Amino acid sequence: MNQINRLPGGLIDRTEEVKFQFNDKWMRGYPGDTLASALMANGQLLVGRSFKYHRPRGVFTAGSEEPNALVQLRRRAAQEPNTRATVVELFEGLYATSQNHRGSLEHDLLAVNDLFAPFLSAGFYYKTFMWPKAFWEKLYEPIIRSAAGLGRLSMQEDPDSYDKGFLHCDLLVIGAGPAGLAAALTAGRSGARVILADEDFRPGGRLNAETLELDGMAGHHWAAQAVAELSAMGNVRLMARTTVYGAYDHGVYGALERCTDHLAQSDGKPRQVLWRIYSKRAVLAAGATERPIAFGNNDRPGILLAGAMRTYANRYAVAPGKQVAVFTNNDDGWRTAADLYAKGVEITAIVDSRDGPALLDIPGARHYGGQAVMDTVGRKGIKSITLTDGKVIPCDGLAVSGGWNPNVHLTCHQRGRPEWREDLCAFVPGGDLPPGMVVAGAANGAMTLAAALSEGAVKASAQIQDLGITPKGGDMPQAEDEPRETSAFWHVKASKKRAWVDLQNDVTVKDVKLANTEGFRSVELLKRYTTMGMATDQGKTSNIAGLAILAEQAGKTIPEVGTTIFRPPYTPVPLGALAGRARGTDFRPYRLTPSHKWAEENGASFVTVGNWLRAEWYTRPGEKGWRDSVDREASQTRTTVGICDVTTLGKIDIQGKDAGAFLDMVYANTFSTLKVGRVRYGLMLREDGICYDDGTTARMGENHYVTTTTTANAVVVFRRMEFVRQCLCPDMDVHLISITDGWAQFAVAGPKSRDLLRKVIDAEHDISNEAFPFMSCGPVTVCGGTPARLFRISFSGEMAFELAVPARYGNAMMAVLNEAGKEFDATPYGTEALGVMRIEKGHCTGNELTGQTTAHNIGLGKMVSQKKACIGNVLSQRPEMIRDDAVRLVGFRPVDRSRKLIAGSHFITKGDAANMANDQGWMTSVAYSPNLGYSIGLGFIKQGQDRMGEIVRAVSPIHGTDMEVEIVSPHFVDPEGERLRG
Amino acid sequence: MIINHPLLGPRDVAEFVYLGDAALIDRPDWQAPDAQAQFHAYGYLRDNPAGAHRELWYHEQGDRSWLVVTRDTVTHEISKVELARDVARARGRSK
Repeated sequence: MNQINRLPGGLIDRTEEVKFQFNDKWMRGYPGDTLASALMANGQLLVGRSFKYHRPRGVFTAGSEEPNALVQLRRRAAQEPNTRATVVELFEGLYATSQNHRGSLEHDLLAVNDLFAPFLSAGFYYKTFMWPKAFWEKLYEPIIRSAAGLGRLSMQEDPDSYDKGFLHCDLLVIGAGPAGLAAALTAGRSGARVILADEDFRPGGRLNAETLELDGMAGHHWAAQAVAELSAMGNVRLMARTTVYGAYDHGVYGALERCTDHLAQSDGKPRQVLWRIYSKRAVLAAGATERPIAFGNNDRPGILLAGAMRTYANRYAVAPGKQVAVFTNNDDGWRTAADLYAKGVEITAIVDSRDGPALLDIPGARHYGGQAVMDTVGRKGIKSITLTDGKVIPCDGLAVSGGWNPNVHLTCHQRGRPEWREDLCAFVPGGDLPPGMVVAGAANGAMTLAAALSEGAVKASAQIQDLGITPKGGDMPQAEDEPRETSAFWHVKASKKRAWVDLQNDVTVKDVKLANTEGFRSVELLKRYTTMGMATDQGKTSNIAGLAILAEQAGKTIPEVGTTIFRPPYTPVPLGALAGRARGTDFRPYRLTPSHKWAEENGASFVTVGNWLRAEWYTRPGEKGWRDSVDREASQTRTTVGICDVTTLGKIDIQGKDAGAFLDMVYANTFSTLKVGRVRYGLMLREDGICYDDGTTARMGENHYVTTTTTANAVVVFRRMEFVRQCLCPDMDVHLISITDGWAQFAVAGPKSRDLLRKVIDAEHDISNEAFPFMSCGPVTVCGGTPARLFRISFSGEMAFELAVPARYGNAMMAVLNEAGKEFDATPYGTEALGVMRIEKGHCTGNELTGQTTAHNIGLGKMVSQKKACIGNVLSQRPEMIRDDAVRLVGFRPVDRSRKLIAGSHFITKGDAANMANDQGWMTSVAYSPNLGYSIGLGFIKQGQDRMGEIVRAVSPIHGTDMEVEIVSPHFVDPEGERLRG
Repeated sequence: MIINHPLLGPRDVAEFVYLGDAALIDRPDWQAPDAQAQFHAYGYLRDNPAGAHRELWYHEQGDRSWLVVTRDTVTHEISKVELARDVARARGRSK
């Protein structure tokens, strides 16, 4: 296909051609084209189908406000739905397909919807699919879902990468049109640190689209000069293809830079970068968006906004046809006629809703004053228009201008509320703007070129002066104030045909009227009932007309009706960009234990625990499943010796004269009385008396303690301790430091643990039971002088030690321990065996300490001291929390020892019906005990401490199980604790 | 948001963890005759002002200072940032 609609001139590079495909048809365009302009050049006016009625639609605008020309871009995994053809830069090999049709674009089977339009009015879902109720799930919803939506996702992983970045500046200038360029030049020349961001790939805004002159120079030429000057300044960062999409607190702005979207391949570079811009001041120079007029069949391909038509002619050198008509309610529409005529396009009619003389004399163009377009003909491309007086005028393009709306969006992202300006028939920024932001140019209602230039310069001067920078902006170029008279004319009332207000959501004038009739009269309700202003364009072209029609229906003024609130983002931001690099394994940071490498080399399988990867078991040759490994590790530890990396537990070093008193405050039990060289178990409560965390604390010296926390709570316990230290006890002499990462720590547990450690710990340290009994601690050296700390504590219930060495020795220490352990048949063990052994001993973990558990529930009520100030002790004594019939932690075993217990089962007294009224408690943890040879469990049951030996039912309706279990002590192994003291 | 740390200058809010009302500094006396009622109020009752709010923030990704930030809950304007320790001392928690 030839570029039949190409005009002379334009800001395109005709020295080379770019080949691209639309719906598998090869076409040609030029560098500098957008997909929209290239399609238009090739005579492809039909670009997509509308959302609801599947009406044929074409390009309507020349910017990011586009409601119609949404296409799927690229192929396979890289396929991206709902991209606006008007902002897609053409590149060699670009592949695009139209969307939202069944069958071909030309013959869409769902176009049948258009025939049923009388039944598909606003709210038709709510009215139609109400009955019969049973039809919803099986019939209505699947049909609606298959018909709904626009483009399709590839359903494959996004192959591109995205990044995030941070920028700082004195002045952020949003928009590089005349006002923005003037602002950036002023601030840049004055030495301020400036960021100038523009969503277009060619900075200049309307200067690239108009024929207005500055200092006698073409507008685009002056813009290019300004860009060159700014690019040469070291203090200015010029960011094209960058949309500032949100204004956040304290001068922070969100921006999306499209780095490689205009290239065929990313070549490893991030496709898009999400910037967080910290600005001291900002100038919003976002320009204005033209709005249409609603009239019968105003949605046909070939009907464009007048300003967009001008952009296509002047910048891209294309027009939708050879004979164009113009319909306007303002002076600006006349410029479209003039510019198109200058490019050789025949102007068949200028229809101005205002009754008055012709503004310009354009040869061949007939002026129809005080008239309007009633209707149009031409299903897949406009063929003619019908005026209010019935006259039919042939045309193959129609330019519509209903006036311009300042782009106030970013002024509303905090507390700004736009104000109506009667002379512009538009909302301008109002209310409290984001602090530090001022608005300049068309975005502020300064609609002419001269006004925009001067306002940009003046506002930027004031902004940098505010920062103590002297403005040295120099003169701004001379330009004229073009005619800008406009009138309030929103829709053609005489038109009986369907007239679209919102093209993207297929909302017509009738729908707006219907909403009003049915009582949806608030502007917010109108939006939600009709869907006007939703989806990718967020009603940039449609909102004001919708409000005006609502106001007219309700007999109110537009300011009385008000406007909906604009929220970020200004234009769509891909989820991939918001995620940045935080995806897959990089979704969040992960931490490796010091012995990770050794574990990897020795058959470990890993499990995520918080941010940590921990060994869950070590598979040995011949072991068929995880249970083989876990059973072996747990029984071997109890018969010989096991070694486990327990570095992940939080470790907090506490020093100072008041360290003991500080711990007394933080823990429910007392630590100031602990002797040096001794370790004590501690229970920490929340202020409301609920258990928070537990662990051991070792007193390494008179003023030196080392506390451990659970792995999960390492961060929050440290935070809590700092809160107590700084906010509750500000003058205690105590200091904290997290040493979780500083020390690698290993549990060495089992009857042979001391024998093993004697081979590793230097001989001068006596670790006999007499010299180093249960709950001892102290500094030692290992392997000939390496400093270490030894704790005689036991989670497994065996005679056990924990040995800590500086983290850098962790992997070597793990290897040394296992090597030394060979003669004792030692085994490394993972978190699963750890869990089995702790259940065998009745120790609590997160399964039991759920945030609803009291010390009383776990049988530790007496640990909560009432003789000192400490977190949680007062509220822990509330009557409900110390009830005699409260649930208590006990052990369970199946009466039929071959049964497997189910965690989450609820307990029912024998003879009672299994319902919630008879609920006695629940099973928290279960495991197969290789040492006992059957399944065991821990759980909470009412007054469990007094029910030893009772048989109850454990019922899990989810699993469909119901079995008899016996209440036993939670200490399944060595209940007297002889082993750990051995 | 940006919090102007009294020691470190302006820092992004992402470095901080929020706790809540700075009234949490005024922890009741555990030995008061109505200690349970006082702790109940301390633990559960909060004002929810539309306007100035003194609140605790923790500079977790920084110097670990607890700060008392006076923030307008309507505009997010931050009018004052103090070290919580100084506030605690001023509230008579030095003992």
